[in-house]
Amino acid sequence: MRKTTITILAGLVAAAFVAAPASAQQKVRIGFISTFSGPQGVIGEDMKNSVELALDHLKRKVGGLDTEIFYGDDQVKPDVGKQVAEEMLKKNNVDFVSGVIWSNVMLAVAPTVTAAGKFMIGTNAGPNQLAGADCNELFFSTSWQNDQTPEAMGKYMQDAGIQDVYLIAPNYAAGKDMLTGFKRYFKGKIVDEVYTRLGQTDYQAELSQLRSKNPKAVFVFLPGGMGIQFLKQYSQAGLRGQFPLYSVYTVDELSIPAVKHAALGQLETRYWSQDLKNEANQKFVGDYRKKYGGKTPSFYGAQSYDGIMLIDSGVRAVKGNLADKKGMIAAMRKADFKSTRGKFTFNNNQFPIENFYLLKAVAGPTPNSDPVMEIQKTVFTAHKDSYAKDCKMKW
Amino acid sequence: MNFVLIAEQTLNGLQLGVMLFLLAAGLTLVFGIMNLVNLAHGALYMVGAYLTTYFYQATGSFVLGVVLGLAGSLLVGVVTELVALRTLYERDHLDHVLATFGLILIFNELIVMIWGRAAIYSSIPDYLSGHVDLAGGLHYPVYRLLIIGVGLLVALLLWLVVARTRLGMLIRAGASNRAMVAALGVDIRLLYTIVFGCGAALAGLAGLLAGPIYSVQPGMGELILIQVFVVIVIGGIGSIRGAFLGALIVGMVDTLGRAFLKPILATVVSPTAAETAGPALASMLIYLLMAAVLAFRPAGLFPARGT
Repeated sequence: MRKTTITILAGLVAAAFVAAPASAQQKVRIGFISTFSGPQGVIGEDMKNSVELALDHLKRKVGGLDTEIFYGDDQVKPDVGKQVAEEMLKKNNVDFVSGVIWSNVMLAVAPTVTAAGKFMIGTNAGPNQLAGADCNELFFSTSWQNDQTPEAMGKYMQDAGIQDVYLIAPNYAAGKDMLTGFKRYFKGKIVDEVYTRLGQTDYQAELSQLRSKNPKAVFVFLPGGMGIQFLKQYSQAGLRGQFPLYSVYTVDELSIPAVKHAALGQLETRYWSQDLKNEANQKFVGDYRKKYGGKTPSFYGAQSYDGIMLIDSGVRAVKGNLADKKGMIAAMRKADFKSTRGKFTFNNNQFPIENFYLLKAVAGPTPNSDPVMEIQKTVFTAHKDSYAKDCKMKW
Repeated sequence: MNFVLIAEQTLNGLQLGVMLFLLAAGLTLVFGIMNLVNLAHGALYMVGAYLTTYFYQATGSFVLGVVLGLAGSLLVGVVTELVALRTLYERDHLDHVLATFGLILIFNELIVMIWGRAAIYSSIPDYLSGHVDLAGGLHYPVYRLLIIGVGLLVALLLWLVVARTRLGMLIRAGASNRAMVAALGVDIRLLYTIVFGCGAALAGLAGLLAGPIYSVQPGMGELILIQVFVVIVIGGIGSIRGAFLGALIVGMVDTLGRAFLKPILATVVSPTAAETAGPALASMLIYLLMAAVLAFRPAGLFPARGT
């Protein structure tokens, strides 16, 4: 009797071993981590919509393989993000993890994924550590390194000869990084540098101080809800016409519906815009509007869409052999896919070398429509981040 | 630092204080009289902001939006009390915290289901969007002055109701000795419903005033609720007078700290040190104040009588 049991068990184990690789070969599993709850969930929604659109465009087959996608909510917390990533790696057996909005979450998630020997495709956060000393051949970014966007604004304002600039950012790591990036290229006079509380709702006290200093221009980094309240209060205080306002990550397609005309005239720098004239972008923006009731996607969506397309190019190059990591790395380094930003290349740290543009919020096509972001000029062509030199990877 | 700037920042502080008072009054009433810890107070503030914004846009009239928004928050408050909170009065504070935290999640998700996750558009009506010139070249937004006016008016009305009417007498009695009031034949359940409804309406009023200047989005109530708890701890839990003075203190300290702490520090320590310490200290100031009050006057600066 005992012998029979052992035999049956052995048979089951053997069968499991035979069956497992076969089924693993047929499917590519992707985990996508973003924020889907709370006030910041609006960003996660735009990312997920874009991932779904990318899957539609690939006929639900990434790299020609059947595709399973798992979404995970990080709740803007590094520990939760790490836990979600571990679950995806162990329980769902994913080959790729993608997404992640926040730099602090990314610093917890990326090492977890790459240590497990799986790919991490970052589609927003670009902390300097991952671009510099901690770069990894399993980590690719389809967005930017954090400093690049404010660098572009610093460069533009420097070239335009603007003086007496007043700076405002929330008092946390990214806020300081943004102003550091700005000052790397802006060498003119800075009137004052003000750090506000993270999540602050009322800016009236700061606006009174600002007016009393009488600067020539104002540069702010106030993402999410902070930006919405700041813009409203800025225009309500009558400062819109008085001091030109420049910003990064403050006005985008997600916040414009909430501020409407208060955004008019706003200048931002960005690597992408909805009006970028290339085939992939026009298809992305057009089909997004069709699929999601006329909503315009944001850059968060564009880079998440690109993340799926990058994975597709890697899996396609090795003909679906997901065990061939070297082959996939070599293929993805070519950035051989139709990106929504147009043609770009990867730097040695596997962050994009890309253009940055000056965008302006202008009146929409009809009197009742919301303002739209439009490209005014190119600030940087093929801009590299300033941490790649600390990355030891060579290829 | 000139006189006009100091005057302007004082007005800003007053305006923030008044806004905090509207929220703190409801919270402290509910806690003082019903002994209920209501974490969902911020959710009612959010409901007020959403309903007013919705009705303003639907009807095109700000006044109508305000009236319907206020009535709506009162209704939501009363229904919440009847359906959910009635069963909780006999239980301890931990259960209150758990249940009202659940209410926060329910309200936030309901808002997401109806209006979506993105912040919705809200604006000041044109006739309130101008500025007035006050003495000495001070240029101040009309809408912010309106908030100050409404807040002070509500404070006056609340004082009149609590100190001069029969309802106010019952409220004060309920706060001092619940069992005795019930024993004297007062319908304490009805009193609770009225108090909670009024608290909800006050939260809704704060929300509707905040709507046009802040971001109307799910979870907006939790951002401000922390400061409101600081107010009632400083002022003394259960006391309307404490809520009013506590709110003004917190509003002033927070605003003046944000505006002037850095320049003042720069005269004492090096400018670079002030650059780092100023903003950090300014955002901690109200919490430091709260800690100091708790250490020296644990019952708050203006505690309710009889407790």
